Amino acid sequence: MDTNFVERRRRDLITAAGLAAVAAIVPLFVKDVYVQNIMVLTLMYAALSQSWNILSGYCGQISLGHALYFGLGAYTTALLFTKFGVLPWFGMIAGGLISAVIAMALGYPCFRLGGHYFAIATIVIAEIGLLLIQNWDWAGAALGIDIPVRGDSWLKFQFTRSKLPYFYFALALACVAWFVTWWLEDSKWGYWWRAVKDNPQAAESLGVVVFNSKMGAAAVSAFLVAVGGSFYAQFVSYIDPGSVMGFQFSLLMALPAVLGGIGTLWGPLLGAVILIPLTELTRSYIGGSGRGVDLIVYGTLIVLISLALPQGLVSLFSRSKAKGATR
Amino acid sequence: MGLLYGLIAVGLALIFGLMDVVNFAHGEFLMLAMYVTFFLFTFFAIDPLLSAPLAAAALFVVGAAVYLVIVRFAMRAKANVGMVQIFATFGLAIVMRGLAQLFFTADYRSVPNSWLGGKTVSVAGIFLPQPQLFGALVAIAAFGGLYLFINRTDFGRALEATREDPGAVALVGIDKNRVFALGWGIGGALVGLAGAIMATFFYIYPDVGASFALIAYVTVALGGFGSVFGAFAGGIIVGLVEATTALILPPSLKSVGIYAVYLLVVFIRPRGLFGSM
Repeated sequence: MDTNFVERRRRDLITAAGLAAVAAIVPLFVKDVYVQNIMVLTLMYAALSQSWNILSGYCGQISLGHALYFGLGAYTTALLFTKFGVLPWFGMIAGGLISAVIAMALGYPCFRLGGHYFAIATIVIAEIGLLLIQNWDWAGAALGIDIPVRGDSWLKFQFTRSKLPYFYFALALACVAWFVTWWLEDSKWGYWWRAVKDNPQAAESLGVVVFNSKMGAAAVSAFLVAVGGSFYAQFVSYIDPGSVMGFQFSLLMALPAVLGGIGTLWGPLLGAVILIPLTELTRSYIGGSGRGVDLIVYGTLIVLISLALPQGLVSLFSRSKAKGATR
Repeated sequence: MGLLYGLIAVGLALIFGLMDVVNFAHGEFLMLAMYVTFFLFTFFAIDPLLSAPLAAAALFVVGAAVYLVIVRFAMRAKANVGMVQIFATFGLAIVMRGLAQLFFTADYRSVPNSWLGGKTVSVAGIFLPQPQLFGALVAIAAFGGLYLFINRTDFGRALEATREDPGAVALVGIDKNRVFALGWGIGGALVGLAGAIMATFFYIYPDVGASFALIAYVTVALGGFGSVFGAFAGGIIVGLVEATTALILPPSLKSVGIYAVYLLVVFIRPRGLFGSM
């Protein structure tokens, strides 16, 4: 059992390194800008969903307001850059830290809430953030911020000639999010989180500090999501409150993990690899008419997958491997 | 307005109390009811006042169907039941919005010159818009009806009993699925009524449900999940808070007050005002 576990973790790590290496080569052959764009988004959503999964999947605190942290990251970077000329790299770290602090400040009262009350509190808090930004003139209000092009370099994190640098950053981000999850999974924290998720009372009685472990999960999760937000701001060079902080975005971030397998190491990645290209392709091929067919296809898939595979697509793999084992 | 919020929310509360499921397509139910009202008015010149029961009936069928086709299976999930039902109903919401865009286009529509629309009535020197006032009356009537239904009829008792112990209920020969389907139907019918009234004073478009759905969740949670009376009270509070906020903050921020009150309430009473669990 124990050796199996160690073996599995090593195999996970090798598989991930292999996948990352393959992914790194792909854009050298795939030159199509449209496809590259989809790949960047896929990696970004994989990273976001992986981060969301830390708090909601492993620790069991279903957050439907993670768009708040994404928006905070995007806005911190964009505002520091456009108003004060601060390099996006610093903005990224600042945004991450601000988000982590805010996540803990919000967690302080919110983590006493159970189930749906917690989920709705997260939606409501994100919505308040959205409304405040929409009414904040200095930050561009509802119109958002246009990020001016001031060069083409890694230093300024702006690339006009090619999408490749964005791709490699997104890949790195996805790797970091995956690795953090992998690392935490087998740490003291990982065990605490699963204990808190399964039975908070029992965890408490066994000496797990439930509250602190939730706070830890929230901080890590929010930090990573905010870095994703900073990246997104630089990538699209235009942000507005509705698109980076809206409720829809909170759900979009959670979906890959849910479809792939919530609370699993590979779920978010698998979910993103399937879902994001599908979303983009349905949007551009059948959604072009603007008549909602893409929404219908997308929504139907969500319903079907969540009904047919409640443990996510990952369960397809584990089931075939451990045949005969009771679920 | 508060009572209308209550009316939208009470269906949600009923479903939640019954089976611990939050219907994330609730706003889309409202949207559908508004379109039903709009088309009955446009093609058959049936005033929303008369078509409200029809909208309620239509949404009863939709609610029951959604339970039988989707939610029934979502509840069978062996793992992650909470997530499965959130995303199954959320997926449904996306489909409904897509269908609305496909068939009704994204145009804003309204029901002009209905019997209620645009008129005001003077009550003790205060001018009140008729649709809202009428909505409040319908809401009170619907609450009364629901209360009697739950407390006085066999089916109501079955509903209540199923909510308390689904296992034992099966032993005495009550079909759980029928009871739940009925609960979803009633939830749908209530939001159908609300939609018909709202169609007289609100624009109708595919995304209209989203903004009201969040307020409905807040309303329900404020009152305490599972408490129908709580949803009613929550609705009144939300209406009052919204009106007060509108006096202090710019209109675009009026929802902030509602959200802030929700947070305040659940931080002090983590189960909502009337929650008992």
